[in-house]
Amino acid sequence: MLPYTANRANRAESSDQLRARIPGWGADLDPKDRPSVPRERYDPAATGAHWDLPERQQEKWPRERSLEHRHLPPVFGTSTPPKGLSGALRKLSYARYSEGRAAHWLILLMADRVDAIESHLRSFVTTRPDNPITQTGVLSEGRRRGFSSRFGRNRADLGHTWLDPIIVVGPWVLVGVMAFRVGRMLVKRRA
Amino acid sequence: MRAMVYRGPYKVRVEEKDVPPIEHPNDAIVRVTLAAICGSDLHLYHGMMPDTRVGMTFGHEFIGVVEQVGPSVRNLKRGDRVMVPFNVYCGSCYFCARGLYSNCHNVNPNATAIGGIYGYSHTCGGYDGGQSEFVRVPFADVGPSIIPDWMDDEDALMLTDALATGYFGAQLGDITEGDTVAVFGAGPVGLYAAKSAWLMGAGRVIVIDHLDYRLEKARTFAHAETFNFAEHDDIVVQMKKATDYLGADVAIDAVGAEADGNLTQHITAAKLKLQGGSPVALNWAIDSVRKGGTISVVGAYGPMFSAVKFGDAMNKGLTLRMNQCPVKRQWPRLFEHIQNGYLKPSDIITHRIPLEDIAEGYHMFSSKLDDCIKPVVVPAA
Repeated sequence: MLPYTANRANRAESSDQLRARIPGWGADLDPKDRPSVPRERYDPAATGAHWDLPERQQEKWPRERSLEHRHLPPVFGTSTPPKGLSGALRKLSYARYSEGRAAHWLILLMADRVDAIESHLRSFVTTRPDNPITQTGVLSEGRRRGFSSRFGRNRADLGHTWLDPIIVVGPWVLVGVMAFRVGRMLVKRRA
Repeated sequence: MRAMVYRGPYKVRVEEKDVPPIEHPNDAIVRVTLAAICGSDLHLYHGMMPDTRVGMTFGHEFIGVVEQVGPSVRNLKRGDRVMVPFNVYCGSCYFCARGLYSNCHNVNPNATAIGGIYGYSHTCGGYDGGQSEFVRVPFADVGPSIIPDWMDDEDALMLTDALATGYFGAQLGDITEGDTVAVFGAGPVGLYAAKSAWLMGAGRVIVIDHLDYRLEKARTFAHAETFNFAEHDDIVVQMKKATDYLGADVAIDAVGAEADGNLTQHITAAKLKLQGGSPVALNWAIDSVRKGGTISVVGAYGPMFSAVKFGDAMNKGLTLRMNQCPVKRQWPRLFEHIQNGYLKPSDIITHRIPLEDIAEGYHMFSSKLDDCIKPVVVPAA
């Protein structure tokens, strides 16, 4: 009558049975054999670091940083510096809001969406414009059993899969409609 | 060099980029020989992680060969075969000195709540990742290790995140002999967590997912009992029935931000980005575990708030333990387990994809096509 009485449940298999059936069963039974026990273990010599404070990496452009940092950490990533309107939004978010504020993250998410639109538009004046067919990998549907992988398998994600094409194609349709309307407005003004 | 590049939600392509330069005296440049796509890469791919910039190269699971080292590097030289933990970390800050390598304070200007991760948005430091031909590896004397001669490349690759994280997740559960352990999620991390729970003496291991082919892998690879939550009206009640209405002793969330099982949670988090993640698996874990039990969270969530059933956790007196895995701390013991034959990490790899086909790889993995569990990317294929 678990859990209404004090007894533990009877185990279906004893430790000896499990040890015989499962390779390595109980090898880390003793917490002392578990590498992250205890969670914190003060041992600065264990890491291979031969510095107290790392040398500073050169800051090649004003690096945005969290308000919760006293100063720019000595080492940082140099991928994709902020640029355009999305870059301005990112700089604003870092300069104005700490990580504790929802506004910080919401502005960054908005900047991500703006960045995607800016980048798509920018790609159209290059020799390699964005191609939603190849970049979404949707052509793998045929090679990777798209239909039989999804249907007849009782997958829980089918209830929202239909949203994915809207998320991918929606912004393109939106930009197309906006461009058409702006173009039509300009033509009407000239007329 | 050729590199995967993010072009906006659900869109990636391969571009020609400059080989990364040495930016710091303790940097190394590594020529990538194998990389993997991680389930958490899908959060970036779906546009869920704030400050994910168009042009960034993803990839935090990779191995390779040292191509160049900075002037202060002592432990590596050109030509060494190395495995690189997904954590970028300095080895000398308050947190690194205590073994919390994933919480390093010297490598991420963009946020203090998380350390540095290769190819994982600017929120994790703005480092390009390893789904490319070359990658910059900061603190070469701290993070990377030379791959032992006896170790397979694909096993080494799995050690850079998925295996270490699954094993770490089982440790966070504080498993004692005979415990019943529920693992939510039968992806790579969940499979490794289930397998690791036995090493720590679990008496039962139950894996929950909605993809039958992954549950089959949980039975064969991780010797686990399985439940398909899509076949049960209420998986929490099913878990109670399966444990004589006591609940599991330990529950591990190995799903994270894009959990299915509750349409409202999934859409508000994964589609509308109004939550840091869809905590369906975490809420099920909270409700499935017994009072006084332990929850381990190794599924990744974004920095925004999420609708977690905190009242149940409090009222049940649960212990919630979580972190990004400090990978290198796990390696010596995991090396032993692999050598002893207790673990064969590469058994979960299902697909090997040339870098040039990575857009299709992301789509297949994201859409769970072709019974995909773990796709590996081969830059030189």
